Amino acid sequence: MKNKLYPTFDAAVADIPDGSVFMSAGFGGVGVPRNILAALHRQGAKGLTGISNNGGTLDPKVDVGTLIAAGQVKKMYCAFTAATHPSQVTPFVRMYNNDEIDAELVPQGTLAERIRAAAAGIGAFYTPASVGTELAAGKEQRDINGRRYVLEYPLHADYAFVRAWKADTFGNLIFRLTQRNFNPIMAMAARITVVEVENDIVAAGELDPDHVHVPGVYVDRLVRIPPDGIWD
Amino acid sequence: MPEKPRLTRQAMCDRLAMEFQDGWIVNLGVGMPTLCSNYVDPDKSLVFHSENGAIGYGPLAPPETADRHLVNAGGQQVTPLPGMAIVHHADSFALIRKGMVDVTVMGAYEVAENGDFANWRIPNRKGGGIGGAMDLAACAKRVFIALEHTTREGQSRLLTRCTLPITSPGVVKLVVTDLGLFAVTPQGFTLREHAPGFTAAEIQECTEARLTIADDLREFRFRAQT
Repeated sequence: MKNKLYPTFDAAVADIPDGSVFMSAGFGGVGVPRNILAALHRQGAKGLTGISNNGGTLDPKVDVGTLIAAGQVKKMYCAFTAATHPSQVTPFVRMYNNDEIDAELVPQGTLAERIRAAAAGIGAFYTPASVGTELAAGKEQRDINGRRYVLEYPLHADYAFVRAWKADTFGNLIFRLTQRNFNPIMAMAARITVVEVENDIVAAGELDPDHVHVPGVYVDRLVRIPPDGIWD
Repeated sequence: MPEKPRLTRQAMCDRLAMEFQDGWIVNLGVGMPTLCSNYVDPDKSLVFHSENGAIGYGPLAPPETADRHLVNAGGQQVTPLPGMAIVHHADSFALIRKGMVDVTVMGAYEVAENGDFANWRIPNRKGGGIGGAMDLAACAKRVFIALEHTTREGQSRLLTRCTLPITSPGVVKLVVTDLGLFAVTPQGFTLREHAPGFTAAEIQECTEARLTIADDLREFRFRAQT
């Protein structure tokens, strides 16, 4: 069996080249792969394209915004490209307004489905979200059974950064409560999936197959979060 | 317009929550709409859904029992309720697009008499904050909007047509403002309930869109005193 266990986060991201496309999960501060992002920040890869719900928050914790603020990211796909409140102007929003980073604004459900489509081998799909708005302008549209839909394409990535609650050595993953969010679909969509795990990684066979959220065949690299790692 | 006290945000959200029916799946937008969950009717059992895949979560969690893995769409820690289920983000929006959500309550900058509303981009600003609003607005069975009736400069937020880029066309059914409750009908806005101390004429004076006055216009209904 291929060894998927990496001793450190730095080792797990060491070979990520400039120009890579990455997905980073997490929502509402939960299920964010902060240790992997911190390692990629140290590693310093540049010209990255990011796919994530947002471009980081104002809190000092490591997130996608850490890479953006360091100038490592050239483009984001996300559901927020402006502050939701005037007091919430993040480095990402400031850089976007100054044309220092490119971004594509994607409705959140369309973002999730575009990731899922990449994970599921789907060439494109029609969604009713954004019909009649400026985000649908220029996109192929179609009336199906009396309703109008917009054609959307999958979002592929070189790397997915994921945080899981439990894992086994084969890479089977289990998430807890709303930690799940974007994690499973990103884990299944990217070419190489890197996972930080909150509990000790157990031997293959110790997780109940019926309780696995992401089969290990999708997972490439696992690192157990050390006690002095980044938790919440 | 004389400076009279208007409705509080909690009163506005209580009033929308009174419209929720037993068994409804309810999605509350971040910000003011979350106040709807403070209105509890023991005769109605609601299923609260959040974009991050919690189906059937409960009230905000007190810090001492909060679970770091369980948050609502605003990232606030909430409590689990018996029967709660968790799905991933794509399945959460699959539920939305299928039309399972009975009502979504959102804030907005503008709402128009044709049922359009705008809540993701403000003028002269690049980009926007959409989150799940476009998916929810296009697919929920009902869209309710809670917003201040006028801007800080006194401009009406209830308009003949939206001036900002819209979130979804023709979907709004019910609007609550700090001046009253309005249904959106093929004829435009109908004033159904007025804030105490405000006449229909005074409310029209603050409103760019033309209001139809409901035959059974009444004073705004508040949560029963307990």
